[in-house]
Amino acid sequence: MKIERREFLKLGAAVAVGLGGGLTLDVLTKTKPAAAETRTDVAGTRVSSKALHAKRWAMVVDASKFKTEEDFRRVKEACVKAHNIPDFGPDSKHQIKWIWEEPFERTFYGVDDPYLPEAIKKENFPVMCNHCENPPCVRVCPTQATFKRPDGIVGMDYHRCIGCRFCMAACPFGARSFNFVDPRPYIKDINPDFPTRTKGVVEKCNFCMERLDQGLMPVCVEASNGALVFGDLDDPTSDVRKILDTHYAIRRKPELGTGPSVFYLVGGGGAGA
Amino acid sequence: MLEKALSGSRRYWAWIVFLLLLILVGFLAYMRQFEIGLGVTGMSRDVSWGLYIAQFTFLVGVAASAVMVAIPYYLHDYKRFKDIVIYGEFLAVSCVVMCILFIFVDLGQPMRIMNVILHPTPHSMMFWDMCVLFGYLLLNFIIGWTSLGAERKGFPHPHWVKVLAYIAIPWAVSIHTVTAFLYSGLPARSFWLSAIMAARFLASAFAAGPALLVIFLLILRKVSSFKVGKEALQALAKIVAYAMIANVFFFLLEVFTAFYSRIPEDMAAFQYLFWGLDGKHSLVPFMWSAAVLALLGIALLVIPRTRKNEVILPFAMAAVYLAAWIDKGVNLILAGFVPNPFGQVIQYAPTATEIMIVIGVYAIGLLILTVLYKVVLGVREERA
Repeated sequence: MKIERREFLKLGAAVAVGLGGGLTLDVLTKTKPAAAETRTDVAGTRVSSKALHAKRWAMVVDASKFKTEEDFRRVKEACVKAHNIPDFGPDSKHQIKWIWEEPFERTFYGVDDPYLPEAIKKENFPVMCNHCENPPCVRVCPTQATFKRPDGIVGMDYHRCIGCRFCMAACPFGARSFNFVDPRPYIKDINPDFPTRTKGVVEKCNFCMERLDQGLMPVCVEASNGALVFGDLDDPTSDVRKILDTHYAIRRKPELGTGPSVFYLVGGGGAGA
Repeated sequence: MLEKALSGSRRYWAWIVFLLLLILVGFLAYMRQFEIGLGVTGMSRDVSWGLYIAQFTFLVGVAASAVMVAIPYYLHDYKRFKDIVIYGEFLAVSCVVMCILFIFVDLGQPMRIMNVILHPTPHSMMFWDMCVLFGYLLLNFIIGWTSLGAERKGFPHPHWVKVLAYIAIPWAVSIHTVTAFLYSGLPARSFWLSAIMAARFLASAFAAGPALLVIFLLILRKVSSFKVGKEALQALAKIVAYAMIANVFFFLLEVFTAFYSRIPEDMAAFQYLFWGLDGKHSLVPFMWSAAVLALLGIALLVIPRTRKNEVILPFAMAAVYLAAWIDKGVNLILAGFVPNPFGQVIQYAPTATEIMIVIGVYAIGLLILTVLYKVVLGVREERA
């Protein structure tokens, strides 16, 4: 008898539920005891009933709240820790980056203007995967190892990726990293709740889909002290929509038509007021 | 027929052993890459494709050697190509095998390559490129091998071979077009985002493929019983001349659009190639060498006296071939990553391991070519 991987996982889930009396299980995440009940979604995956849902997840970056290096460090470290991101040192060609900072002229390459206020020119912005509405990376991937979920998140199947790096050539935002060598020896302390990656696969920010599925906000959002706002772009009452309705926000390279889901409040037009 | 490749002169075996040694070196280098990962190459987060993908892209073009002899022979009944058409086809076979190998050595997870077939994805150009390349490989091998088999028995080739030969002609157009589409449909890379990319690929292929074929035919004339005719060489030389002129013309169209529009992003990669950008200029010597070689090659081929001189002819062909190699096998891919999505110029240089792997793959291609050509020569010597 042949057992498909998914069926195997389902079987495992059933056993786990039977033993643990209610465990959540995601294809990508290790199980974590939780009081919440589980249900089975369309793909046959068991998700927590606490899972957060959206038609299109989006993020607003309030740049005015990223003032110090510490503001960036907190956010980056939370992400690194949660996702087992290796540290090859700042000058390595093999760097893996999910969320990091870039100055204005790089974040908004092409928009750069010599007459911008000095304060903006010197400002740094957090950059990450934009979880595009029309993701070129998904279009070019020959194995559907990178895919767009119904909630708008662009995900990666590290077990299917063949490492052709077509997605890296296709991404207009430089958001993707490749595991040029085995990353495991370079991970400071391994978080057993998230998979480590093998050499030869591409990875990037996943909008913390594993946390959303357990009813938690992305870890960078939690660590940002309100500088990163996360919500459903499709819901007019969501936090992100409330900010976008009243503030001028810009996106990176909108002219390419990829439809980024990360918005930036630039020039002190903060949403905190 | 393969047994023809098993008997040869001392010189033939020395050549085979030399190629096997190169393959061994390449294989050992690949084992190192297989163990450690693509970190042994010069590629980076910013220049995520390097020599491997550039060689793949270039060699898809060289595979056009087949179609450029097949069109005159099968469509126009140009008899002078009768004896050389098989050399064009077998050169294409060897090129496509190298293309597949270059893709393979570029993969981070080569053992998962079958995922491309297990999860076929029609919206990925890579999927279509795999389909057309395998198709082209099969077509050329079947056409070449069957016609040679028929020739050996003294029969005309079966009718269905001609049908396949007709199919192979538009199929050849498809391999260059689809390979160009890998690049020309990416919003991220303005250097590649050009409608004329497929036309450039066709022109450079129609120049580089026959140019290399002429060089090989001239070598065969020296070292084997096959003496290529003067007229056939001249006809190929003219094809190369026209195609190379078109190739340079298409390139200049790109230069005009970038520099007359003065859109900074469109100019950046060309500036990097011609003069360097941000104080980085590793490709500048390549660019100017390609420019000089292209013009030299065209001049030598356009002027009848130099074209007809068979001492000069191989140099003209080598000039065209090298210019096309730099243009597609180095500059096109590497400059596509300049500037990176953040506007930075990050340079790439291949490592020794990477170069050894490249040489190893080329040696495999040459070995396949040598064996196939030896079979052709053996069959024909037997009949003579």
